[in-house]
Amino acid sequence: MREVPAELITETVARLAIEATHFLPEDVEDAIRAARHTERSPLAVQVIDEILENAQVARERMLPLCQDTGTAVVILEIGQDVHITGGYVIDAVNEGIRRGYREGYLRKSIAARPFSARVNTGDNTPGVIHTEIVPGDRVKVMFMPKGGGCENMSRYQNFLPGMGKQAIIDFVCETVDISGGNPCPPLVIGVGVGGTAEKAMSMAKHALFRKIGERNPDPEVAELEQELLQAVNELGVGPQAVGGTTTALDVFVDTFPTHITALPVAVNIQCHSARTKLAVI
Amino acid sequence: MADSVRLTTPLTDDVIDGLTIGTHVTFSGVIYTARDAAHKRMIELMQRGEPLPIDLRGQVIYYVGPTPPRPGAVIGSAGPTTAMRLDPYTIPMLEAGLKGIIGKGGRGPAVREAIKRYHAVYCIAVGGTGALLNRHIKSAEVVAFEDLGTEAIRRLEVEDFPAIVANDCHGGDLLEAGKRQYRTSPRPIPTVQALGG
Repeated sequence: MREVPAELITETVARLAIEATHFLPEDVEDAIRAARHTERSPLAVQVIDEILENAQVARERMLPLCQDTGTAVVILEIGQDVHITGGYVIDAVNEGIRRGYREGYLRKSIAARPFSARVNTGDNTPGVIHTEIVPGDRVKVMFMPKGGGCENMSRYQNFLPGMGKQAIIDFVCETVDISGGNPCPPLVIGVGVGGTAEKAMSMAKHALFRKIGERNPDPEVAELEQELLQAVNELGVGPQAVGGTTTALDVFVDTFPTHITALPVAVNIQCHSARTKLAVI
Repeated sequence: MADSVRLTTPLTDDVIDGLTIGTHVTFSGVIYTARDAAHKRMIELMQRGEPLPIDLRGQVIYYVGPTPPRPGAVIGSAGPTTAMRLDPYTIPMLEAGLKGIIGKGGRGPAVREAIKRYHAVYCIAVGGTGALLNRHIKSAEVVAFEDLGTEAIRRLEVEDFPAIVANDCHGGDLLEAGKRQYRTSPRPIPTVQALGG
């Protein structure tokens, strides 16, 4: 058993919260810069330039990339040979969120009671925290400050089992089409196919941690990802929906075996400020 | 930066007349922030026949909930939020004389029609560029609903704050026109829009 102090998890989460909200991942910035050269709309190019300039200003002046510093989504992959000491792991993560959002001057965006008294909890807790038990003796902390604009465009639907790939393509395209400028395109799109309803959405979210250009190892799924990316970019939505050929930077699909009656499809959209940050303890 | 039309607030009818979709504009002068919770309260005040904390005539509202300023700073990161969430509150605001709105994303059919009817303009700032937009905000002061925190109404002095005309007073809609122009997909354009965001 390897011992990992809860305080170390707290410190890590606090650091990741600040880094994720200020430094755009390099792969995302590179993809946006590349899109500048393929984009056909001059107005869209102007939008892309502002996005690139924003990333530079954020990093140089330590200002959050976006004022929506999100719901703190944290996925912990905990090795089964790890023993967390000195506190409950979930409390440790929430303490890290509290600290990071306070010390980083990040916006607190969590309403305590969703359908009644929408009073701000004041410290951006609780985070949405997922834990997974994995082999080994490490703890992988995956942090995503998830903005409301894109998260609110998530969709789930179960299709008839025989509807196949076309149902997935149509559903993803329709989701992007009706979302328009709300989720802040150019987008990164996570798609979960199979499993059950919650499994599909969880896969869609998890897929958003991939690097731009990183294909699913299964060739059939990788091909679907490429078809989806092309179909979405033909929609004409464009950066900030001003019209253009860059609607998405990438589409990531993860799959899981499913029930004989089902074809679950979940779409979780990420904005161009595709903020994620990982650490391994 | 491409050619840009420099606007000063408050906006006049003449100036609004000259604005068409896709035009890059910059705002200088005073604008006010308000988003979901502040709009809800203002509409409740209107319904009770009570005065609003700000006189909306000729004014511009920016849909934003900034991050807290670092010590000594004017404001934190301050980019636009999704405008469609404010659609249910927008028409009474236009009736009360509001002339300009800055947000992100499209507006529903009723608001688009109202922007034309009330001779107003809706502009988009680039969502997710709150650090860049911070530099154009010279002062910020809470003028109402302080208890709402980031959602309080703030009076901002801005200088050359960049935006793009998305819905003009002539009925033009940039998001619709842009999608049509660059669409190569055989799929029909859906008539429904997503809610909120």
